[in-house]
Amino acid sequence: MYNRLILSAFFSVCAILAHAATRQVNPSAGLQQVLDKALPGDTIRIHPGNYRQSNIIVRKQLVIIGEGYPVFDGENKNEVFIIIADGVVLQGLQIQHTGRSSLVDMAGIKLQNVKNVRVTHCKLLNTTYGVYLQNSKRCIVSNNLIQASAKEELQSGNGVHAWKCEQLLISSNRMSGHRDGIYFEFVTRSAIIGNTSSGNIRYGLHFMFSHNDTYEYNTFQNNGAGVAVMYTRGVTMYKNTFYHNWGDASYGILLKDISDSKIDHNTFHTNTVGIYMEGSSRIHVTGNTFSNNGWAMRIQASCDGNLFEKNNFSGNSFDVATNGTMMLNTFRENYWDKYDGYDLDRDGTGDVPYYPVSVYSVITERIPVAMILYRSFLTRIMDQVENIMPSITPDQLKDIRPRIKKWQL
Amino acid sequence: MNGANTPQMKTIIKYVLVDLIRNRIILVYTAILAVLAVSVLGLDDNPAKGLLSLLNITLLFVPIITILFSTIYFFNAIEFTELLLSQPIKRQQVILSEYLALVSALSGAYIVGIGIPLLFLVSGTESLVLVATGTLLTLVFSSLALLVFVKSKDKTKGIGIAIIIALFFTVLFDGLLIAFIYSFSDYPIDKAVVGMIALNPIDLGRVLMLLQLDVAVLMGYSGALFKKFLGSPLGNVFSVTCMLLWVFVPLIAALRIFRNKDL
Repeated sequence: MYNRLILSAFFSVCAILAHAATRQVNPSAGLQQVLDKALPGDTIRIHPGNYRQSNIIVRKQLVIIGEGYPVFDGENKNEVFIIIADGVVLQGLQIQHTGRSSLVDMAGIKLQNVKNVRVTHCKLLNTTYGVYLQNSKRCIVSNNLIQASAKEELQSGNGVHAWKCEQLLISSNRMSGHRDGIYFEFVTRSAIIGNTSSGNIRYGLHFMFSHNDTYEYNTFQNNGAGVAVMYTRGVTMYKNTFYHNWGDASYGILLKDISDSKIDHNTFHTNTVGIYMEGSSRIHVTGNTFSNNGWAMRIQASCDGNLFEKNNFSGNSFDVATNGTMMLNTFRENYWDKYDGYDLDRDGTGDVPYYPVSVYSVITERIPVAMILYRSFLTRIMDQVENIMPSITPDQLKDIRPRIKKWQL
Repeated sequence: MNGANTPQMKTIIKYVLVDLIRNRIILVYTAILAVLAVSVLGLDDNPAKGLLSLLNITLLFVPIITILFSTIYFFNAIEFTELLLSQPIKRQQVILSEYLALVSALSGAYIVGIGIPLLFLVSGTESLVLVATGTLLTLVFSSLALLVFVKSKDKTKGIGIAIIIALFFTVLFDGLLIAFIYSFSDYPIDKAVVGMIALNPIDLGRVLMLLQLDVAVLMGYSGALFKKFLGSPLGNVFSVTCMLLWVFVPLIAALRIFRNKDL
């Protein structure tokens, strides 16, 4: 689907280039006037320099290319580019210092009700919102650098913000220092590939009601609260890295009311909680690596029908925590570094089940204050005793066929 | 207390130290700690993990070995002490010198055994805090041993009490604490729990060390108070102060009792 999307975009660009005029723009000229005079299909080449112009509205299908990153400055008052025509291409610009308002979401580049727009290779520095897509379809946002230094959640916007969109391709962008790196609300059938979202004050990725989206090869690291996604079905997450989202309210990924989704071959490394799951159903979690997290997974009893298969768990303080005794999820053939069973028939899977919920994690789940005894001798004795005679831990939560050796992922 | 007869104290300390080193147990203790440290740190490529394992070893072995060894030593040295007491030296100075010699031998053993491998393999503030924790624990349990010695009449009873004290602080106290937490979990007991931690030097040491490591976040996750209080420098100051109290209160009590003790 996305290949076709790229191809069609490519051909449309070729077609435009074939019989279109090229106009040059200098810092002395007003870009808005040039844009208004141009005919649909024209190419506007913007020479390097400092353009103190903002609130530029693109009303026609134009190709706007910056050479040597011309700088457009919103002077902390205005928005910079507002695109309201289909098929616009925006490339190689540096856009900075948008205004901040509580009435309007001020963005570096705003797309309103458009189709087939491409925003590539731009630098958005200190914008409230970086790229803002509103009710748009088949748009591409790729290879942009979106950087801000937000301090407060309420004062800031998101790196890539999309509302009510379809078939977007967000790829190879780097966003940092915003409220959320990527924020989606009602964005469907989109692909988010190869982005790096780091150092945002709230979430690296945050979406709601965004069905059938695919996330591949992204990195989410050092975000204030990690990644949180909600009320969505049909999510595919493949080969993403969730790294060092470390703080007392941080999650590698928080899944709330997510269903019929796949979490496949991702890496969760040094997060306070690798995966937090609440009210989620039928999620297939396979081939992931959970290492050095506080809790690899916290699965609330409100989750059902999830399958955790062939994952590697190593070096986590707690493997799995849960808040109830009922467990409607399946664990099988995972590798757990804390497993100390045996494999007499040498088929690579242990002969006795592994119970990933330690008794101490049950206690701290019920009574958080008990965390004060973390790493004390007593808690280790309790874990050992529970191993021999399980009484408090949910006995249905077990891996019947734990792997003896780590999966090669 | 100090002052007048310090040359005599120095002489006593010197003799006791020589005796302790000739005894070889201190050397064996040092060697065991060093072997444990090197193997634990060498096994794991994650230094934080290695430190945690060393912390466990410290919390488990240092108190029990220190209190047992010290109690036994005080009882065995009773004839030597009697001999010294017949000289014109203050009683308190005799026993204080013996205590100081013992403490320097034991903490020296810990610092060499754990500190030197750490210095080469994982140097940093965390390692320093671990060594400090271990040393403080050595001081605390030597003081307790001295108190046991002055309070009990015969050796067997003294050793029994020492074992009970060590077990109480390593296991039993935490058991009681968890029972307390369990029974009062419906109430806001955060503050009370932090207060109760102060009653156990081993818990203080553990918390002090955990606060230096990343895992402290796990504690913050489960209670705002832990994060606010223990996570701040104030938390460190609190732990160290309480541990120092644990050193000096039993020591001073022991010295006072010893003044009137009939040997």
